Amino acid sequence: MTNAELDDLEAALRRGADVDVEAPADTATRAAISAADREGLVDVAVGTVESPVGDLFVAVTARGLVRLAFDPEQLRLLDDLAARISPRVLEATSLVDPVRRELDEYFAGRRRRFDLEVDLSLTSGWGRRVLEATARIPAGQVATYGALAAQLRKPGAARAVGNAVATNPVAIVVPCHRVVPAGGGVGKYGGGPERKTFLLDLEHADTTP
Amino acid sequence: MSPPPFHTFLERHRDAVYRFLMFSVGPDAADDCLQETFTAALRAYPRLTDGSNLRAWALTIAHRKAIDAHRSRGRRPVPLPELPDRPAPPVTLPDPGLWDAVGKLPPKQRAAIVLRFVSDLPFRQVGSILDCSEAAARQNVREGLARLREEYVDDER
Repeated sequence: MTNAELDDLEAALRRGADVDVEAPADTATRAAISAADREGLVDVAVGTVESPVGDLFVAVTARGLVRLAFDPEQLRLLDDLAARISPRVLEATSLVDPVRRELDEYFAGRRRRFDLEVDLSLTSGWGRRVLEATARIPAGQVATYGALAAQLRKPGAARAVGNAVATNPVAIVVPCHRVVPAGGGVGKYGGGPERKTFLLDLEHADTTP
Repeated sequence: MSPPPFHTFLERHRDAVYRFLMFSVGPDAADDCLQETFTAALRAYPRLTDGSNLRAWALTIAHRKAIDAHRSRGRRPVPLPELPDRPAPPVTLPDPGLWDAVGKLPPKQRAAIVLRFVSDLPFRQVGSILDCSEAAARQNVREGLARLREEYVDDER
């Protein structure tokens, strides 16, 4: 074989590297994700839910909704879930769709209470206790940091309640927006006070403590 | 370095794996092979501790699935009738005659040729994916090229 012929043959083979495979690779991957989802091989299903307060990142395990965040930095959220729950994090629909449905109903004003399961495995200890208490505040009502502290038999621990609420991994569904300062106003919120106000207005909450 | 979320792994290596399969088993069988590769990778993923060369890891699995696909094709000499709802192959390969000839190479030569020229990998990595030495990988590429020249380049004349 002469060098020229070899070069021609190699060049013809190398043209395979330039073929655009993105579309068929994407289709095949989607089919593979659905199959894996049906086989229960997806430990953390992630997706985006559009809402009036912006795109929401949601992550769901077999136990329930484990993360709901306003954070647009998806990569950081994915890395965190992989490190703390399982690296089998995938965009799969079967677990995410029911969450999307309930959120859509909530934002349309047709749902006051979420029926979906919540997985608090990203929390522990005091933080979990505070969030469990937070989850019991009904729509339309608010509680002060101090009142939650008293309810948890830690009167005076309003600041510790505030710190715990600030780490809520499941915004909106664990309604930390319903926890407000005793001095009036809506107070701080991980997603920004505008979102907190929007959610409380949506729930027709009386925010006078 | 621990492996990234599987979602991120897919974004980084999906196209490379699909491309390898498409040129190794053909566009018709590539989707099935991708699914098998994907499922095997996902099953093994939680036990994976070293995330430093995930592309080679994924291509190693894809290579095994490609071998399986070629074997099962060999067991049925008459091609199965096309299913009525089966879509047309999504991609037409450039120079189909050439890739037919590649498809007829012995498995190791075929994989070595595709990994070297289509996946554009150095011989060292071709060897690691084929579970052989760098020298053996070179040898497989050389022999594959020689055979392609006989089967394909001469036919063109």
